[in-house]
Amino acid sequence: MSNGQEPIVSCRGLRKWFPVSAGFFSQLMGGEVWLKAVDGVDLDIYPEELYCLAGESGCGKTTTGKLLIGLLEPTDGIVEFEGHDLNEISRGGLRTLRARMQTIFQDPYSSLNPRLSLYDTVSEPLRLNKIATSGEDEEARVIRALEAVQLVPPEEFTFRYPHELSGGQRQRVAIARAIVVNPAFIVADEPVSMLDVSIRSEILNLLENIRREFHIAYIYVTHDLSVASYIGDKIAIMYLGKIMEKGTIKEVIHNAVHPYSQALISAVPSPDPTVDRKRKILPGEPGSPINTPPGCLFAPRCEYAQDKCRQDEPPLEEVSPGHWVSCWFPREPLQISYDLAHELKAKAKT
Amino acid sequence: MSLKIEDLKVYYCMRRGDCRAVEDVTFEIEKGDAVGLVGESGCGKSTVAFAILRMLPSPGEIMGGHIYFEGEDIATMDDDAIREFRWTQIAMVFQGAMNALNPILRVSDQITEAMLKHNRELSKDEAIEKTRELFKLVGMDPDRINHYPFEFSGGMKQRAMIVMALACDPKFLIADEPTTALDVTVQAQIMQLLRRLSDELGITLMLITHDLSVVAETCRNVIIMYAGKIVETGAVVEIFQKPWHPYAQGLIASIPSIERSRDQTLASIPGSPPNLLDPPQGCRFHPRCKFARDLCIKEDPVLLEVSPGHKAACHLATGKIKDSKWRPGKEVALL
Ligand SMILES: Nc1ncnc2c1ncn2[C@@H]1O[C@H](COP(=O)(O)OP(=O)(O)OP(=O)(O)O)[C@@H](O)[C@H]1O
Ligand SMILES: Nc1ncnc2c1ncn2[C@@H]1O[C@H](COP(=O)(O)OP(=O)(O)OP(=O)(O)O)[C@@H](O)[C@H]1O
Ligand SMILES: [Mg+2]
Ligand SMILES: [Mg+2]
Repeated sequence: MSNGQEPIVSCRGLRKWFPVSAGFFSQLMGGEVWLKAVDGVDLDIYPEELYCLAGESGCGKTTTGKLLIGLLEPTDGIVEFEGHDLNEISRGGLRTLRARMQTIFQDPYSSLNPRLSLYDTVSEPLRLNKIATSGEDEEARVIRALEAVQLVPPEEFTFRYPHELSGGQRQRVAIARAIVVNPAFIVADEPVSMLDVSIRSEILNLLENIRREFHIAYIYVTHDLSVASYIGDKIAIMYLGKIMEKGTIKEVIHNAVHPYSQALISAVPSPDPTVDRKRKILPGEPGSPINTPPGCLFAPRCEYAQDKCRQDEPPLEEVSPGHWVSCWFPREPLQISYDLAHELKAKAKT
Repeated sequence: MSLKIEDLKVYYCMRRGDCRAVEDVTFEIEKGDAVGLVGESGCGKSTVAFAILRMLPSPGEIMGGHIYFEGEDIATMDDDAIREFRWTQIAMVFQGAMNALNPILRVSDQITEAMLKHNRELSKDEAIEKTRELFKLVGMDPDRINHYPFEFSGGMKQRAMIVMALACDPKFLIADEPTTALDVTVQAQIMQLLRRLSDELGITLMLITHDLSVVAETCRNVIIMYAGKIVETGAVVEIFQKPWHPYAQGLIASIPSIERSRDQTLASIPGSPPNLLDPPQGCRFHPRCKFARDLCIKEDPVLLEVSPGHKAACHLATGKIKDSKWRPGKEVALL
């Protein structure tokens, strides 16, 4: 995929630190206290590539996605889109670039404009980017996008407003809006989390088809590793704002070596109620991104942690071509069984 | 009996016509039970929940039926009585709850305010302590209670809303897609918490979800809806093993399992959900049903008991029509 091509999006040393508002911490620590939501992330996303971001709640997935399309300003580090440094281009320039980037936000309840009908919601990106050649063309494109996300019959939906829709229907409007313009890059943040089995597989296939047809690159944020392994090319596993392991799905899901990735993979539940496969649930919670410990961030929860891990932070190193790991003592690859691999796929598909 | 719903009808009356989101829905939930409500996107699950709390978004209206909670009919209660009753008797975790918190107030203030309003004996300190406890139970750092909602990630907001719903010790909890933004680790923790609440404190739980593995793990009974109607209901173990309604058969057969995983053929349900402004005549599932006959177009099947505690709404189940290929069980969907 990366054969000789330049990445469409790349970032180096990306950081986003938020000042902490809660009085308690500031009083306790004196001076400014920072919450390190994203702390030194490097990524390269090539055209037509689907790059997944995974990790537990609060690890910085959404923040990374927003930084990559310039919706948040980084505290440090650079983001380049098609070779342009997002920090250095003017607002106007950013607006033109934005036409080529679309987002599907995590929460379809607050991301859709309540005052726009579905027709206006979905046609807005077409108008902003002057894509439709005529009124009829615009209408045809909107109808096609609504049909693609199974909001049928489309005429029954075009006049409605977001509050007149169910949760899964809103999520599909957000998807229709993002795909209607054939962008070059889409950040999709948990886009199918509210959809039931039958509609979900249709939407995943739709995202896949338009990716191939229009060479769209994706950042796909998900906490569901079965979906990631089904549709992803590459994946980065994040923990407290840092990347623990990244590389191709084949390496990271099927041959994980970081204890954290291995723990996440072992915790995937069986979707069959009649089968009681003992899944291993990682005990404890991610620590706080406010007062991060020295050494490896995962060490406090890692069953293999040694003294070195609690003192020095491991660098993110390439252990085999395209497979990067941040761990002093990587494990033997966790070769997930044929059944589990298959199950992950099957679960995503349903 | 904790909750008893009879012939509930809820329509959204729009200029283009009525969206018949809930039609003749009847079910009962025993005290202390954990019930899953499942079905395709847009089939009316959240609408049922909103009707129970009498919080239907406009232009939704209860067009008929009764909602008895411990004997009292919520559908006809006056507004003052409803306000007293919401949150302390029945609480709800809303779908898309992520943005239900007020962004400019600290999370702790919002939660303790709700606690103090409904329980006058509680002191402010006790309320804060309780909020911290609940944060721990949902896997969050208790010091985070002092943050503002905009400082939370998606999964954190969702968990804060679960805390909010539990704040007033309700007897009945409705959770509408409570774990969509949560990873498996936290999801398992929340499900364990909900199960414990129902086992130990006798809280009745109604769980709305699209994820059947969550229902299998958490609920004793399940209600399956299709296009505004109940098509099948009964014990989870029974229905997951022996569904009767062709829609339920398709749904259950689309869950992959380890035994079948080697060369899995997963059923899918062809076709799209119907337009609720103009739902199909007769059985609403007939346009997508491979067993459909003339009778299915003419006559809407009623929900009838097929074995003790297990009901299905299908002419095949009641024997009104016969088909040699049909029998109870999910295997039928794979034929
Ligand atoms: N505007 C903000 N101000 C302060 N802190 C923030 C802000 N936005 C996010 N955070 C914090 O940054 C961290 C990362 O948040 P982010 O939303 O990126 O997580 P996430 O990986 O998307 O999680 P989830 O899976 O729960 O959505 C969290 O600790 C969150 O509380
Ligand atoms: N305020 C409203 N005005 C008009 N129609 C509405 C309104 N709210 C919901 N609907 C319609 O009523 C039907 C049922 O919606 P409901 O929200 O109950 O579905 P749901 O089963 O919860 O779906 P999901 O799983 O996607 O959340 C849908 O077809 C929806 O379009
Ligand atoms: Mg997020
Ligand atoms: Mg809903």
